Parts: sequence; structure tokens; C-alpha cells
Amino acid sequence: MPDYNPIELMICVASRILEDGATVVVGTGAPCAAAMLAQKTSAENLCIMFEAGGVAPKLPAMPISVGDSRTFHKALHAGSMPEVMETCQRGMVDYCFLGGAQLDMYGNINSTLIGTDHRKPKVRFPGSGGANDLASLCWRIISMTTQDTKRFTEKLDFLTSPGYLSGGESRYEAGLPKGTGPYRIVTNMAIMGFDQESKRMKVLSINPGYSRKQVQENCGFELLWAEKLDDTTPPSTEELRILREEVDPDGYIIGR
Amino acid sequence: MSTKDLKSGQNELFVSPDGDEARAFFREKSRAPEPKLSSVGEAVRTLLDDGDYIAIGGFGANRIPTAIVHEIVRQGKKNLGFAGHTSTHDFQILVAGECFDRCDIAYIIGLEARGLSPAARRYMQSGRIRVTEWTNAALAWRLKAAAMGLSFIPARTMLGTDTFVYSAAKEILCPFTGQKYAALPALFPDFAAIHVHEADVYGNCRVQGVTISDQDLARASKKVVITTERIVPADSIRARPKETFIPFWCVDAVIEVPYGSYPGNMPYEYFSDEEHLRRWLEVEKNPEEYERFIKEQIFDTESFNDYLNLNGGIENMSRLRAKELMIDKV
Repeated sequence: MPDYNPIELMICVASRILEDGATVVVGTGAPCAAAMLAQKTSAENLCIMFEAGGVAPKLPAMPISVGDSRTFHKALHAGSMPEVMETCQRGMVDYCFLGGAQLDMYGNINSTLIGTDHRKPKVRFPGSGGANDLASLCWRIISMTTQDTKRFTEKLDFLTSPGYLSGGESRYEAGLPKGTGPYRIVTNMAIMGFDQESKRMKVLSINPGYSRKQVQENCGFELLWAEKLDDTTPPSTEELRILREEVDPDGYIIGR
Repeated sequence: MSTKDLKSGQNELFVSPDGDEARAFFREKSRAPEPKLSSVGEAVRTLLDDGDYIAIGGFGANRIPTAIVHEIVRQGKKNLGFAGHTSTHDFQILVAGECFDRCDIAYIIGLEARGLSPAARRYMQSGRIRVTEWTNAALAWRLKAAAMGLSFIPARTMLGTDTFVYSAAKEILCPFTGQKYAALPALFPDFAAIHVHEADVYGNCRVQGVTISDQDLARASKKVVITTERIVPADSIRARPKETFIPFWCVDAVIEVPYGSYPGNMPYEYFSDEEHLRRWLEVEKNPEEYERFIKEQIFDTESFNDYLNLNGGIENMSRLRAKELMIDKV
């Protein structure tokens, strides 16, 4: 079995979710690497988009900013932020990748602050940026994150971007588009989806080297479990080769 | 769903969204096709007042009007309102001057993949700044509503979240379908600065690459300062009128500032200076070193060219140019 680190595993697993011909809005870092890897493996015609306006670039290197030159290098379109966001609102964007400081059992995300006083927070983070928009408007939200009880929390300090809100139909009752919502959470330990009725996070597959007990112990809320729990397929030699040699040769993201 | 169940964001709206007030202002704004060449110092002195609400074009460290942002700090402008829309290095500069006391937040403090700014974080955690939450699309669409001359625009974003609770948006129902929307109030900034590739002396502008929200920003803002890599003849604008991205009547001042987005990226011109940006983030950790750095980089430099020379001058610019133009090979 090939040797790999947790971030390489998460990138490879996430890349397999993206099907050929789909549209995806990505940020910098691991999500961009996952989309680039997908293009070079199973989804050659994946359309990568950036919120500043870049559409379907031939990425020459990892972007540092979602608005830098690389995000529209030899692109099909150098558009605008309203154009990309309106394309999401119109229902033409299949996937987005989001991360944050905290995540709860309904896939809601906090990237705004830690603390209780909005005006004087203990720790201030960047805020929504485009995350709330993408979480509201794209069909399927994917998150890649390492898992621990601090990050996977019962109660967010601030609900920046919507998952399934308080579960059940609450997301759609709030006015968000029907059929949208969190789809997969890819962690270093497992792959989660969401229960169809309750909309609670549900473990679908456990990564090599981890136990069911460890996955639950590193989560601050009670997880649901799929009836038939899978073992995550580890990265293949070929996936790792492409990731290391072509996607992130400088090791900025995978740390090699 | 009845209208009495509709929610409102609880935070402050910093700028009036009134379309008639805006019309009264724009009625008086000059449409004369007259030369508007100015200097960085003069433009900031004459077009920006303490207390104004400002917005900066581009995307944080991509195609930003750095010279104008420095000058706002250098002239000691205070109590400004700021549209924290895709702001990164621009935000960092304004924090160095403690220029603003209220902020619409979509994205602040961070420099994307480069990390978070310690100084910006201290400023925003101090409790001194009045803040209202939004999102990138919300601020982009607030500018679009203003550019359209309307007082609001409906959107399907922010609903159901704390981002909405701490915003100044309001839920409304569509009169045709009954669909619930977030009504986003128009945003008419008092002052905007935008950096472009080419402009003529009248303020007709062209840009290359992604346009972010600048098309709407230029139209929504009451006063607009353009810095440009190059002044081009008006005939060149007339030869390709479809490429005019911002027309002259939006613009109050035009200033030629080569390498004007430095240390940010300028598409097809030069890449960002990552070493300089890293150094900026590093010195912010130590308040004394930070103060010396800001004095050296902004207060003691008389012109933007002084700033460029302080940071490697033309040799460094050539290096960044090569990095941008050989983008395939990096």
C-alpha cells in the first residue's frame, strides 16, 4: 500500500466526488488541488470556477488568491463576481468547497468569530467572504477538514454559512433553494454524508487506520452511522503520482 | 408565510439606500468630457473627506489602487466607513492608518492563502469598530442595486444564518411567487478608487482579466478616482468602444501610476510580490517594528515611486513582470 499523509488522502477522496462535466467553485489550497486532481483523473471536463470571475482556466500553478492571474490563465471566460454568483443562484453550479473554524451536525459552518460579543469577539476571522453565498446557492457543498472535538462542535459560536440549519426542512423553510445543501464532509478519519430525514451528519465510510470509536471520539456531537459502513479506498499510486508531480509539485498544500 | 413573520437583520446600515437621494446627487455630477488628470495627493485631498464611506476596487491584492490607499493613510483621513468586500492588503493598509471606524464585512483580516493579518485582527477585536456582516455576493449585489439606481435588490443568500442576523438586510416575499428573499439595501459609496490597465484623460477605462465588482462599483459610487498603468489616447478608446469598461461620466480623477497595484498582482502585467506581503504580515507581530515599517513604507515616502524604489525599484518590478508573463513556467 502506498505511503501518504492525511491531506493527500483527503484531496484524493474529495477529487473522486467530482464527476466529469460538473461545475465547481473552489477556493485556494486543498479544494483547488482536489479539483485539479479530478481533472487529471476521472473528470477531464470538470469546469473549475473562482468567485472573482475566473471560469475554466488551465491552471498553470496553485493560485494564491481566488482573484489572481492564475485563476483565469487560458480560461474560457474572465468574468466578474456577480456573474459567478448569479450563475450559482440560477442553479448551474453543482459543487462548492467550504471550510471553517467550526462545523456542526447539520453541516453549518462558522468562519466569522469565536466568542459571544459580535462587536468585540475573542477571535475575529475573515467572515463569510463568498462562503455563505456558495453554501446557499450551489447544489452540493463539500468540506475537507481535519477532525477534532473543537472543530466538530455541538454549538457554533456564529452560524456564518448555512448547512441544514436546525435539520429537517428548516433550510428550505428559511427560503434557501430546494434540493441544495451539504453533501460530503471529508476528514482525515472518515467520509460523512447527511441523513435524508433528520439532515444530521452520518458516517458513510471510515478511512484506513481509524476505528469507529476514534471517529466518534474526535467529534463534539453524536454521529449517525450508515447501515452498511464502507472502508474508504486509499489513494492509489497513480493518484498520488499525479498529485505530487503535476498538481502540487512544490508541495505547498500536501507539505512534501 | 405571512409578512409579520419576516425577519430583519439587527445591525446598522451605514449608507442611505435611497434612490432619490442618489439621483439628486448624480443629477449634479458633471458629464462634461473634460480632462481629469490629477495627482494622488490632490485627488485624495479634494475628493475624500473625513467621515466618508469608501470602497476599493479589485480583489484585495489583485488590481488594487495601492497609491490611493497609501495616500489615505498618509493624509491621516479618519472616521471613514469601509466596504470590506474581498479586501485583503487594502484592508491591511487602512488598518495601519486606523482610518475607518465602521465596516461592512464580507471578507476582512485575511490575505487568503497567505494567512491572517495580526494588526487587522487586533483592530477588529478592539471593540472600537462598528460592524455589520454581509457576504461577497451581498456586497456585490448591493453595489449592483445602486448602479441600477434602485434602493434594494432581492437575493437568495444569507437567509437562515447569523450572517443575516448581524446584517442590515430584511426578509421579503416575492409579490409574484411568494418566495422568501433577503432584500439587500443599495450601497452608494461616497468615494471609490479603482486601478485599471488603460484610461484616457477623460476617464474612459479598460481592464483585462476578471472584473470582480468594479463595473458596478464605478457606477454606484458618488466620486471615483482611477489610477491607471497607462494613459492612452482617446482615439484608442474610440477605436474599440465596446471595451470601455468604465465610461468617463463615472470618473472624477485620472492618475497615471505605473505598477500601481504593487505589491498586488496586475493581470498580464506583473505578479504579486509575495516576499513583501510576507514581510508585512511578519512585522505586524511586533508593534514597535510595525510602527517603524509603516513610517518607512508610507509616511516617509513622498510618492508611490519612492515606495517602489524602497522595495527594489525597477529591478524588482522586472522580476515580477517576468513572473507574471512566464506564468506557465512558474
